[in-house]
Parts: sequence; structure tokens; C-alpha cells
Amino acid sequence: MLKSAPIDYIQRTRDQYSALNYPAYNWAQNPHAPPWQPLQKPLSECRVALICSGGIYARGQIAFHHKDDNSLRLIPADIATSQLRTSHFAYDQSPARKDINCVFPIEPLRRAKAIGKIGTIASCAFTFMGGIYSQRKVEEQLAPAIVSHLIQDEVDVAVMVPV
Amino acid sequence: MSLSSARSITAAANPPRGVYLDYPLGQTAGRAGAPDEQDYVLAAAFIALETMTEPGSIEDLDLEWAADPGWKDHVMRVDPKSPGSANDDRTPRLDTPQYQAADDYNAADPNCPTCVFFDDA
Repeated sequence: MLKSAPIDYIQRTRDQYSALNYPAYNWAQNPHAPPWQPLQKPLSECRVALICSGGIYARGQIAFHHKDDNSLRLIPADIATSQLRTSHFAYDQSPARKDINCVFPIEPLRRAKAIGKIGTIASCAFTFMGGIYSQRKVEEQLAPAIVSHLIQDEVDVAVMVPV
Repeated sequence: MSLSSARSITAAANPPRGVYLDYPLGQTAGRAGAPDEQDYVLAAAFIALETMTEPGSIEDLDLEWAADPGWKDHVMRVDPKSPGSANDDRTPRLDTPQYQAADDYNAADPNCPTCVFFDDA
């Protein structure tokens, strides 16, 4: 039970855009029931992947640009967190740059594996810069590419971490 | 399973399963520097994954960012008394890679095998 109402970011964005004389933003709306897949085996036997939209990249990779960049980064599951960076135009990155786990919870995931809560961690995590204004690019390019990698790596569970 | 700190956006996107953390944007997986809390958030997501039965469910976590919810009043808020004072505090949407640190630019592999680009990106 929440003690205070959540911020309605859709309404506040509408208000802000209107005040700034920007065109109204067309939020993604998926009114139909989402696809549903029950767990096929105990979580302790599942292979789990992270999908994070906070603009995380690894040192050595090309950083994201901020104009509808819908490209994807594959982050090795065993990477040292000291090698991780963020690049995003629309959220306060200072906490993430101190502790990447607040937008990319790889160390909590490793601990979950260590105590047997999950089976294995997917060979890589998937990251992108979520400020993508083209839903078409997400639906036709980015999302299918991620799904293809998930299937190839035989992932059972995807944990998404938007910002 | 999708974590979220923007409940209305997650409800509109309508993932199969959601867990909502009522925190400022950018700490969706738990407060920075708080590993126990991050473990709690992920564990709650896993419990929800194992127990949810209704597609589109969003579970509200019982964590509070601050005892005083007043921080919510100032997020993207347009003052009705002076709507022209609204600010866009996002950084410019530049079309070249934006590195966290200048040195990352020098370290970047231009042929990056773990970067996936699309034709009209």
C-alpha cells in the first residue's frame, strides 16, 4: 500500500510540454492484455537476463548518442562494475555513476545466484538509451534484436529496468 | 518482469508483470549505495514473478524514498501561477556519442563487436 500517490509522469509531461509549447508527446499505449507465460520451472533453475534502458555502456564500447539512438549494447555478465558508464539525456545520472546497480542491478543478480534464488545469469545483459522517441524503431528493430539474443542464450526470465 | 519508478508509464506500456518502486527516476532498482535495499527490490520482483497470476499486474513495493513525500511536488511541475517558467532540464539531444568521461572516447573500439546498430538508427 503506497503512502502517497505516485507521480503521474504522463500528465506532468503533458503539462510541461504544453507550457514549453512543445507538441504533445505520444506515449506508448498497449491497452490489450499483455502476453503471458507462466514459469516453466522453479526460479532456482531459471536463466535470468537483465534488460536496462538507462544508457549503460562499458568502457571500450561506443557510447550512446541522444537523438533517438536505438542501438543496443551487450554487457558481459561477469564485467567489473568499475567498467560501466551511463549516457542518457533525460534523468539524473549522478546516483548511477556512483553505484551502477541502481539502474543495472548486476551485483544483486549475482548475489541472487550465489544463494540459489536463480539458476544462472545470461551470458550478457542488454542495455540501450531509453529516450527513443520512435516507437517504430523500438518495435521493429530494438525489441526483436533483444528477443533474438534471449532465445539464442536460452534465457527463461528477463528483468527489465527502465529509468 | 519490469521494475518501474514511473507507474503511469508502466501501466500504459502494460508489461506482463510489474513491480513499482516509488522513488525518483534513476534508482529503479533501489537506492544507490544501498546493496541490501537493492537485494530486497530484486527479491520482491522474483517473488512477484513466482506468484502473479494476472497479466498486466503491478505490485507496489512498501519502500519510501523519504518520510516526507514533498519531493514529488517538485518533479517536472509547472507552476500554475507562472506556466511560462517551465524548464526543460534534459540535456541537448546530440547525434554524436556522448561519453561519460572524455577518456572513454579514446578507449572506445570503433569496430565494437558488442555494439549492435540498426540500419536507420
